[in-house]
Amino acid sequence: MIDTKDSVLPVIGLEIHVELATETKMFCRCRNRFGDQPNTNVCPLCIGMPGSLPVMNRKAVEYAMKVGLALNCTVAEFTKWDRKSYYYPDLPKNYQISQYDLPLCEHGFLDIPLKDGSTKKIRVLRAHLEEDAGKNVHDNPSHTAVDLNRAGVPLLEIVSEPDMHSVEEVMGYARSMHRLVRWLGVSEANMQMGHMRFEPNINLHISSSSRTCKTPIVEVKNLNSFRALERTVAYEIERQYSQWRADPDGYSIDKLGKQNRGYDDDLGRTVFQREKEEAHDYRYFPEPDLAAVTVSQEWRDGISSQIGELPLARRARYMKDYALSFKEADALTLDCPTGEMLDAAVAAGAKARRCANLLLGRGSAIANERRCAIAEIGVTAGQLAELAKMLDDGQINATAAAKVFDELTDSDDSPRAIAEAHCLLAVTDTGQIVAWVDEAVAANPRAVQDVKAGGKKQARAFGFLTGQVMQKSRGAAKPEEVQRLLRQKLGD
Amino acid sequence: MAETIDAEKVRHIGKLARIELSDREVEMFSRQLGSILEYFDKLQELDTSGVQPMAHPTDIRNIFGDDVPHESLSTDEALANAPQRDGDFFKVPKVIGEGR
Repeated sequence: MIDTKDSVLPVIGLEIHVELATETKMFCRCRNRFGDQPNTNVCPLCIGMPGSLPVMNRKAVEYAMKVGLALNCTVAEFTKWDRKSYYYPDLPKNYQISQYDLPLCEHGFLDIPLKDGSTKKIRVLRAHLEEDAGKNVHDNPSHTAVDLNRAGVPLLEIVSEPDMHSVEEVMGYARSMHRLVRWLGVSEANMQMGHMRFEPNINLHISSSSRTCKTPIVEVKNLNSFRALERTVAYEIERQYSQWRADPDGYSIDKLGKQNRGYDDDLGRTVFQREKEEAHDYRYFPEPDLAAVTVSQEWRDGISSQIGELPLARRARYMKDYALSFKEADALTLDCPTGEMLDAAVAAGAKARRCANLLLGRGSAIANERRCAIAEIGVTAGQLAELAKMLDDGQINATAAAKVFDELTDSDDSPRAIAEAHCLLAVTDTGQIVAWVDEAVAANPRAVQDVKAGGKKQARAFGFLTGQVMQKSRGAAKPEEVQRLLRQKLGD
Repeated sequence: MAETIDAEKVRHIGKLARIELSDREVEMFSRQLGSILEYFDKLQELDTSGVQPMAHPTDIRNIFGDDVPHESLSTDEALANAPQRDGDFFKVPKVIGEGR
């Protein structure tokens, strides 16, 4: 626990690696695909054969620019590639192609939502392209097995400034970034497939009565889930504080500088990592095999025009224009297509509130069952708009609309056709309802007596009779209309 | 004056490159690398103020390929030159202490 006498400010920066969803790798045209048989998406280039030459994937550059522009970065007019020395067999050419001094994107920011409804700007230092390494498999104690399918897959490394000061801010930033790259369509950002990895840098700025002190910066590499990130940051804040309490003079950035720790998922905490002294001697130098890149205004504007409305802006618009709550608007902006569906239904003349209720009711439930986005459950904007309008006009009640909605997921038919086929249209024929009321009254003399007698049992008996009539209509009568006719009948 | 290359530096470079060097080789490379660096000292005499650092020896820019898959090697072809294989994997000595 942190002593209230000490003022402790965690200072946290985050590097995020995002695998880009191109069809092919960054420097060759082998497929970029997770889960294939080992060493099937490989060519002389990705297995490091001498004499093979890289050819840059245009799409990877464009995806990286798209993210950079959405993060309000400056896109470099001139950028180039560098080699970073790397001596592990998962990248067998012995260097990783990356960007050192002239990254593609620099100096941007991402607004992240805070619990109190406000937003905070987290600055982005740079976002550059590099290639991913293959996979070392350590199942066998005697040797390492290497699969190079992932070697050369385009990776965007996004480096934040150390602007985060709590677990909440780190998670807000990580989740916003996750939503953004999916929104832009540049990455599936599937955590299970390792599409997104985190490397937090954490230290504490502590002022107590007698001194101010900074703890050593700890970097934790290769966290591949939100849970691991959350636990790492929370654990490091506590751990660094107790270590500082135990040794306020020794445990400082001045004496120890930067340290690396690893995350142990079973223990749920970070562990000390001994590293060879030369591990960070990357010896960058310009990559002679790849031509430098110039980005024209025209090219940049073209990419910029593909971006459109971003999640935070859309959420704010839904709250303002559609009068949705924060929670509702947030749930409808988890991905891009769901909002597009809502907007299209509204453009077709449906009321936003009705559409949102349908999407967040049955829509959200079905999406959860199927583990997909609401937009992917198979209901079109046109179907949504028509169903919302039918609800609005009282042609169908909410219960029946939910049934129609479920049917729509597997059907191209119109909501009206489905409602008719399943006898779900509201019964507006008063004569028919009167007939059902007469039947219900005749069949339930006891309830009728209770209603007429007044007192405690009256409300319940009236509800019972209403239910009987609703049942006869198979839910298709309007409850208010049924109650009006019942009251009339019972002389209320 | 460029950095001088002493035996210790050569050993460090060898270690970074994962190369074992004998004492005789260390002595030889110190001498050879030293004379290369001397040559660069000569270049340092040129006044390069106001000259942009060169990112690439050619003026060629923006060479891209389209994001369309080509056929890859078969696994057997890919593994053909590997000293050892483990099923469909390359088999290498145990790797410890990875880190990019």
